[in-house]
Amino acid sequence: MQVTININGQSVSHDVEPRTLLVHFIREQAALTGTNIGCDSSSCGACTIHLNGEAVKSCTMLAVQADGQEVTTIEGLADGDALHPMQQAFHECHALQCGYCTPGMVMAAVSLLDEKPDATEAEVREGLEGNLCRCTGYHNIVKAVLQVGGAK
Amino acid sequence: MIPVAFDYERATSAEQALSLLAEHGDDAKLIAGGHSLLPLMKYRLAAPAVLIDIGRLEELSYIRDEGGELAIGALTRHFDVENSDLVQSQVGLLAAATAEVGDPQVRHRGTIGGAMAHGDPASDLPAALIALGGSLVIDGPSGRRQVDVDSFFTGFLETALSEEEMLVEVRVPKMPESTWSFQKFNRRAQDWAIVGSAVVINNDSCGVGLVNMDSRPIRASAVEEAISNGASATEASELAAEGCEPPADINAGVDYRRHLARVLTRRGLEESGR
Ligand SMILES: Cc1cc2nc3c(=O)[nH]c(=O)nc-3n(C[C@H](O)[C@H](O)[C@H](O)COP(=O)(O)OP(=O)(O)OC[C@H]3O[C@@H](n4cnc5c(N)ncnc54)[C@H](O)[C@@H]3O)c2cc1C
Ligand code: FES
Ligand code: FES
Repeated sequence: MQVTININGQSVSHDVEPRTLLVHFIREQAALTGTNIGCDSSSCGACTIHLNGEAVKSCTMLAVQADGQEVTTIEGLADGDALHPMQQAFHECHALQCGYCTPGMVMAAVSLLDEKPDATEAEVREGLEGNLCRCTGYHNIVKAVLQVGGAK
Repeated sequence: MIPVAFDYERATSAEQALSLLAEHGDDAKLIAGGHSLLPLMKYRLAAPAVLIDIGRLEELSYIRDEGGELAIGALTRHFDVENSDLVQSQVGLLAAATAEVGDPQVRHRGTIGGAMAHGDPASDLPAALIALGGSLVIDGPSGRRQVDVDSFFTGFLETALSEEEMLVEVRVPKMPESTWSFQKFNRRAQDWAIVGSAVVINNDSCGVGLVNMDSRPIRASAVEEAISNGASATEASELAAEGCEPPADINAGVDYRRHLARVLTRRGLEESGR
């Protein structure tokens, strides 16, 4: 069936099977491969994107469920060459090593601060519970998020 | 992992969802947030021929103050329940249990109706609803009916809903003066409970619901009775596993689950001021 999703401000329309997962639509139909697939079972958060401004796991949604909605992926955050403040903070705080979790982590972090601009360190840690990182031990990720917002 | 192929229908009203259910019978499944159903379909443990998407039924997404009760539409997301001032002030236990569900991404999609209709003994919200003594409003071909929470969960992933019916509303008695506690034991932050205990004390009455202590969400009646008869938290919580047949799995055996039920219920009673 025809599915049309506004991804990063551009309308992307394709004829796909209803069983097509949103993450596959983003990676294959829209050819935006910044969104990763990790566990493929809604545990790791690598596939986190924004649906109408809120973080969701795109491996646990069908593309048809996002038909007519707005999706933002990691590619949609930066303003031209200027990184989004969260991307800049990850860069400055060394909040990544292999980088596999990073797109999902950044999207989850942006959504977290949208909802809780004054998040404490504990709230940041809890708010990122749906995102796993095998490399960093999380400390620098938390530091990066608190550098952008949160209770100082 | 990709689900088995299916036909997709998007309902534009509750009425239309019901007529689609009637048309397709037991080949069809409703999908709300999809955060229980889609994982099952991806693992191919479920393979409905037709998916009826009720995820956009705004008319079933609301939290209303209706005198002695709160009425919560079945399509209300966990995120909206957790952050609702009404729920926080009138039924704090429900807000606290909802905040424990999965992670923020899951709570942006999952719905209270989906959590009840799925009937999973490992789910947090049914246990909270049992403790609170709520009820469920069901719509179907023979009209609307209201079912008490104690008659709703009938077996493993089985509820009082028939194949042609839809859950439309969850009703919870308001208890602004109550004290409560939601105790969830798991090993990793976002995990399901290995065992959980939902406790609420309102005036002299006590409600206790248990997570993952039987094939269905279950009430700890013996604890409630003991508290009403003046038992201490320690005495009453000794009875928490009475009558339960907990599952054994990779996380915990039967005896360990019984132990957890007693400890968590004691902590819950103590935190509720008993
Ligand atoms: C990673 C992850 C972690 C989770 N952790 C937890 C946790 O810790 N605790 C917890 O309690 N839950 C947890 N959940 C489950 C989550 O709460 C689900 O949102 C919820 O169980 C189902 O809601 P849903 O709207 O997604 O339902 P769906 O998946 O859309 O539907 C579930 C079932 O209910 C039926 N259904 C849905 N709505 C209705 C209705 N209105 N009328 C009749 N039938 C209906 C569907 O046909 C289906 O059979 C987790 C889920 C994930 C993916
Ligand atoms: S790939 Fe979606 S949560 Fe891991
Ligand atoms: S940086 Fe490697 S998984 Fe997070």
